[in-house]
Amino acid sequence: MIERTPVLDFITHALLIGSLVALLIPFWIIFVAASHDFHTVNQVPMPLMPGSHFLENMATAWERGNFGRVMLNSIVVAGGVTIGKIVIAALSAFSIVYFRYKLRMVMFWLIFITLMLPLEVRIVPTYAVAADALRPFKAIFELFGISVGLPEWNLLNSYSGLILPLIATATGTFLYRQFFLTVPDELTEAAKMDGSGPVRFFLEVLMPLSKTNMAALATIMFVWSWNQYLWPLLVVTDQQNFATATMQLQKIVPGPVFGEPPIWNVAMAANLIVLTPPVLVTIFLQRWFVRGLISTEK
Amino acid sequence: MAEITLRDVRKSYAKNEVVHGVNLDVASGELIVILGPSGCGKSTLLRMVAGLESITSGEVAIAGRVVNRLEPRERGCAMVFQNYALYPHMSVAKNIGYSLKIAGLSKAERTERVNKVAATLGLTDFLERKPAQLSGGQRQRVAMGRAMIREPKVFLYDEPLSNLDATLRVAMRVEIRKLHQRLGATTLFVTHDQVEAMTLADRIVVMNKGGIEQVGTPSEVYGRPETTYVANFIGSPGLNLLKGAAHPDEGVIKLPDGQQLAYDRNQWPEIGHGPVVVGFRAEAVKFGSGPLSARFDFAEELGIAKLLHGSFGGQGMIVHVATHEDLQSGQPFFFSVDPRDIQLFDADGGRRLEEARTPAARTKIAAPIQVRA
Ligand SMILES: Nc1ncnc2c1ncn2[C@@H]1O[C@H](COP(=O)(O)OP(=O)(O)OP(=O)(O)O)[C@@H](O)[C@H]1O
Ligand SMILES: [Mg+2]
Repeated sequence: MIERTPVLDFITHALLIGSLVALLIPFWIIFVAASHDFHTVNQVPMPLMPGSHFLENMATAWERGNFGRVMLNSIVVAGGVTIGKIVIAALSAFSIVYFRYKLRMVMFWLIFITLMLPLEVRIVPTYAVAADALRPFKAIFELFGISVGLPEWNLLNSYSGLILPLIATATGTFLYRQFFLTVPDELTEAAKMDGSGPVRFFLEVLMPLSKTNMAALATIMFVWSWNQYLWPLLVVTDQQNFATATMQLQKIVPGPVFGEPPIWNVAMAANLIVLTPPVLVTIFLQRWFVRGLISTEK
Repeated sequence: MAEITLRDVRKSYAKNEVVHGVNLDVASGELIVILGPSGCGKSTLLRMVAGLESITSGEVAIAGRVVNRLEPRERGCAMVFQNYALYPHMSVAKNIGYSLKIAGLSKAERTERVNKVAATLGLTDFLERKPAQLSGGQRQRVAMGRAMIREPKVFLYDEPLSNLDATLRVAMRVEIRKLHQRLGATTLFVTHDQVEAMTLADRIVVMNKGGIEQVGTPSEVYGRPETTYVANFIGSPGLNLLKGAAHPDEGVIKLPDGQQLAYDRNQWPEIGHGPVVVGFRAEAVKFGSGPLSARFDFAEELGIAKLLHGSFGGQGMIVHVATHEDLQSGQPFFFSVDPRDIQLFDADGGRRLEEARTPAARTKIAAPIQVRA
C-alpha cells in the first residue's frame, strides 16, 4: 500500500519501537545483573549499565549448575521430543487424510480430544504408566482373569521417560492435516501413475513439500519442550545424571531461605545460559522457514 | 487386436450413476479423442482406464489383459493432467525422471533418457529449473515428458491444453499430433474443445450425460452425425435442426409455415409419412435466391465470414454468408439448400433415420478404421 500518512506512520513506528523496548528490557536487566559482582548487584537501585564480571559469573554459573551435563540432557530431550512430535504428527495426519478405513473418523476425534488433555491434566496416570510401563497391559489381563508374569519396566530416570510422554501432539497433527489437504489431488495421482507407493509418496513428495511446516512446528515444539519443568521434576530423581536445564535453574535461583543472600548475578548468568539454545533455534529455523515461505511454489 | 477395450463400463458415486455402460474398442496406435460437454463423464472414463477411479461394473482391458483390479502403475499407462501436476520441489530433470527412479534405474541410465526426452521436447535448457520458474507451455511440455519417458503403451490426456492461451494451444496440439506419429502409442485424449478433437483425432468419441452418442472419424462425426445431439454439438455453428413433417411421396419435408425442403429420395428411400427433424449445415445454405425465405434477426461477425441468425418457419436457423452481405433486422431473405445436404432425424429419439445402403455409402460405413501412420 502506498500512502502518505506521516502522523499515522509516526504513531505506528512509535508503537513498534515502544513494544520492542518493552520486550528487550528484561533481557537487558538479566544481562546487566549477570555482569556485576555480588555486592553491586544487590545495591538498591541496581545499576543499569553492565559491569565487568560477566565472564567470571558465567563460568561460576556453568560450574555450579553442572551445565555441561545438564544442557546436553536438555538438548537430547528437547530434540527428541521435537523429532518425535513431527514424525507422529506427519504420520497420523497422513493416515487421516490419505487413507479410507473404518475407524478413520474415530481416530481423528480421539486425536482431537487429546487437545483438551495436556500433560498437566493427565499427570498422575501418566506418571503411573511411566513408573510401570506395562501396567496398562497388566490391568487388561487382570480384567480378563489371565495371569501373565510381565516384567517390571519403568521409565523413571531415563531419556525415554523424559521424551515419550511429551510426544503425543494434536496440534501438530492438525497443522499437518491442514497442509495435506492443500496438496492437490492431481499430485497424488501423478505420483500413483509414476508408480509411487504410499511410503515413497510420503517420504519423497509430501515431506519435502512440508519443509516450511516442519520448521514452524519444530520451532514451536523445541521451545515448548525445552521449557518443560513439571514433568522432568517428577520423572527424574537421579538429578546428577538426568536433570534438565530448567530444573537446574531452579536450584541456582535463590530460594526463599531466610538469612541467605540472593546470589542474583550468578542466577542471571545461568538464566542466560539456559535461554540461549531456544533463542538460537528460533532465530535459525525462523530464517529458514521465512525463506521457504518466500520461495513457495504456486 | 484392440489395445484398449471397454465392455459395458459403468461408474456410480453412491447411488448416482455417472457413466452408463460404455463400450469401446481402441485399435493399437490409434488416437481417440473423447469429446463432450462439461460433466458428461469424460474424465471419469479416462480415470477408470488409468486406474485412478474404481470401476463399478464392466470390464476394462489393456492389451488383452483385464485391468479392473490392477494398480495404476501395473497398467502401463501414462497420464498428462490438466493442471500438469508437476512435483513443485523437484527440478524439471527430476520431475521427468521420477518414474524411472521409482522403477529402480541407475542414475546414469536415467540421465541419459531424461536428456533424450528433454531434447525432443526442447526442454534441455530448463532441466535444472523448478516448475514454478517455467511458463505454462513449458510446464505442459514437462508434463508430457514425464509421461513419455516411461515409453508407455497407452497415453492418457485429460484436457491438457485447456490452461494455455489460444496460440500456444494450437502449437501444442500440433506437437501432440507429431509426438503421436513418432511414438505410435495408443492415446486417449479428453477435451471439450471440438476443434482440438477434429484436428487431433483418428476417431472421435462423442459423449453426452455419461453415455457414448457416436464413435467415428472426424469427417463422419461432422458429416453423418448419428443423433441430433451430435449434429448440434459438432461444428460451429452446429447443424440447423428444424421440426417438420415428411411427405415421402413428394420427396419434401414441410415446415409448419408451409415452406418445403426437398430431400434426396435415393438417399432416404424408406422415410415414413409424419414428423421428422430436418438438418442442414449453415455452410450448405445457398444464400441470395431460392424457393425458401426466412426472417433475419441479427448477425455474428467471424472475420472471414458472417453468421446470420434468422427465423425459418418460426424456428431458429443460422446461415453462413460472405461478410459483405448486409441486412436490416426483421428483413426477409431468400435461400436454397441442395437436397443432398439435407439430413433427417427421428422426431422422437433424435436418431438419424435409416439411409439407403448405396454401394458408395456401404463402403464408407464398412471401411476399416483409418489409422494415420
Ligand atoms: N468424486 C465424485 N463424487 C461424486 N460425483 C462425482 C465425483 N467425480 C465426478 N462426479 C460427477 O460425475 C460426473 C462426471 O464428471 P467428470 O469429471 O467425468 O466430467 P467431465 O466430463 O470430465 O467434465 P469436465 O469437462 O468439466 O472436466 C459429474 O456429474 C460429476 O458431478
Ligand atoms: Mg474433466
